[in-house]
Amino acid sequence: MRVRLSTAIAAAFLLSGGAFAQDAAKPTDPQIAHIAYTAGQIDITAAKQAIAKSKNKEVLAFAEDMVRDHEAVNKQALDLVKKLNVTPEDNNTSRSLAKQAADKQAELAKLNGAAYDKAYVANEVAFHKAVNGALGTLLIPSANNAELKSLLETGLKIFQGHEQHAEHVAAAMK
Amino acid sequence: MSLGRYAFAFLVIVGGVNSAPVHAKTIQVVIDKLVFSPTQVNAKVGDTIEWVNGDILAHTATVRGDWDVMIAAKKSATLVLKKAGSFEYYCRFHPNMKGQIVIEPE
Repeated sequence: MRVRLSTAIAAAFLLSGGAFAQDAAKPTDPQIAHIAYTAGQIDITAAKQAIAKSKNKEVLAFAEDMVRDHEAVNKQALDLVKKLNVTPEDNNTSRSLAKQAADKQAELAKLNGAAYDKAYVANEVAFHKAVNGALGTLLIPSANNAELKSLLETGLKIFQGHEQHAEHVAAAMK
Repeated sequence: MSLGRYAFAFLVIVGGVNSAPVHAKTIQVVIDKLVFSPTQVNAKVGDTIEWVNGDILAHTATVRGDWDVMIAAKKSATLVLKKAGSFEYYCRFHPNMKGQIVIEPE
């Protein structure tokens, strides 16, 4: 079980990291907005699956936090792109993030009980780690618009909190 | 004359009402990017804590087994301090967010 879990973490991390690494070129603001929004939607979808499947109080509270926060951030993102008159642009990073997330969701759907809880939380740790890494090293430095940059920076603070929260929930389940 | 007496009585009453909370203060704690600041505040029983949430997210100021204040995004919320003690509080939605209120007796 231990081996399987760590393999799952490594796989999730590599996959998510891979999605971000795919586009070596600097993303444009419309692409950055699309990637950030997509990452948020992925986490909301994963959390909704957790709310439907899990019976663990800590996992449910965490999942509800994810829905609440990512919906709030994505609402801000939509308001901002509207204000800036920017149309988010689909791109390879967004597409590969969405594809990997759909695969992961199908994989998680087969699990139940404690096995599901562990796999969901482990993936949340890995996913937030990958997204935070991408925000810090690629998306924030590449953003041109000051307001977009600032929203991404706020997002990074929030998601770093999520990463630590997920780690805490994971540690409590061991 | 009776009007004057009435006005005097009124002033006394208003004065009496106003004089009670003179010592009570409102202490602001600002929330910005998931941080309570100042992190620690010193207060007295009867004082009010006002959390001013600048974030786009909802937060709480919660003491396990005691109070639980909801602070909506971009809004403020208050709590009148009722008992002395040192209280560590946190945000239920973001457990990394922590603060402390040291409350002295009135």
